[in-house]
Amino acid sequence: MKSLEELMAIKEKTMKKMTVREDTGDDVTRIVVGMATCGIAAGARPVLNALVDEVAKRNLKGVTVSQTGCIGMCQYEPIVEVTEPGKEKVTYVKMTAEKAIKVINDHIVNGNPVAEYTVGAIK
Amino acid sequence: MRELSLNILDVAQNSISAGASLITVEVTEDTELKTLSVNIIDNGSGMTSEQLEKVRDPFYTTRTTRKVGMGIPLFKMAAEQTGGCFSINSAPGKGTEVSAVFKTDSVDFTPLGDMRSTVIMLVTMNTDRDFVYRRVLDGREFVLDTREIKAVLGEVPLDNPDVTEWLKGYIDENVNNLYGGVQ
Repeated sequence: MKSLEELMAIKEKTMKKMTVREDTGDDVTRIVVGMATCGIAAGARPVLNALVDEVAKRNLKGVTVSQTGCIGMCQYEPIVEVTEPGKEKVTYVKMTAEKAIKVINDHIVNGNPVAEYTVGAIK
Repeated sequence: MRELSLNILDVAQNSISAGASLITVEVTEDTELKTLSVNIIDNGSGMTSEQLEKVRDPFYTTRTTRKVGMGIPLFKMAAEQTGGCFSINSAPGKGTEVSAVFKTDSVDFTPLGDMRSTVIMLVTMNTDRDFVYRRVLDGREFVLDTREIKAVLGEVPLDNPDVTEWLKGYIDENVNNLYGGVQ
């Protein structure tokens, strides 16, 4: 049974390895998922889940995953925007959990945006 | 929406947009009455009676100040198509309460779906807010209150991956217990 004592143990363990969080500066890669009605109805929740899980699994530093409202292209939801420091924003459209994992692997980790998932590939 | 939990996520996003610091999500199931009730209560900016009138209209949205749009009409429809009911109450400066009752034996009942994902997403994506998730089955309940969790965690954030994993397990175990381990 999961207990608050167990949570306390997680806290103790985490405090030991916690360093100053630097995820707020300009050198952070931001991944943003549209989570308005249009995004949620199109399947944004599993996409956001997959992004958060993959970033945690790979223990990626300097990468934040967050949500935003309607981006304005409801027909292309779920939409994921990736903003890397000093680079043009990349907008991924019609995303799925599987595509999200590929974006983390190819784009975030290896620096190669997945061209076929971007809005440019659709228009 | 394919799952009620997605409607719930969507409606709760309105509470976040309305600046709520405390959002309560209650899911109450009564197997005898064959009803499932959902209440989403926030202490956000609230709405005037004029806005409240318009909020049920799918073609009303305030994209610049408070985003409503299709969310409320879809949730209302999901409840009413089962023979259930829907209500929304709000007062400026006080907050908003959205309530829906679903008849679970209706063929048009949308399954609740993955409530855990909805709760985890709300909690971990909005660590500056507090959430109460209350799950009631035939009078027995499980309550997750992030204020209690935060009191244990101190400065360790709720979106820490180990904490998130614990939260997932904690919700699963308690809700499964409520449902006698069969859900």
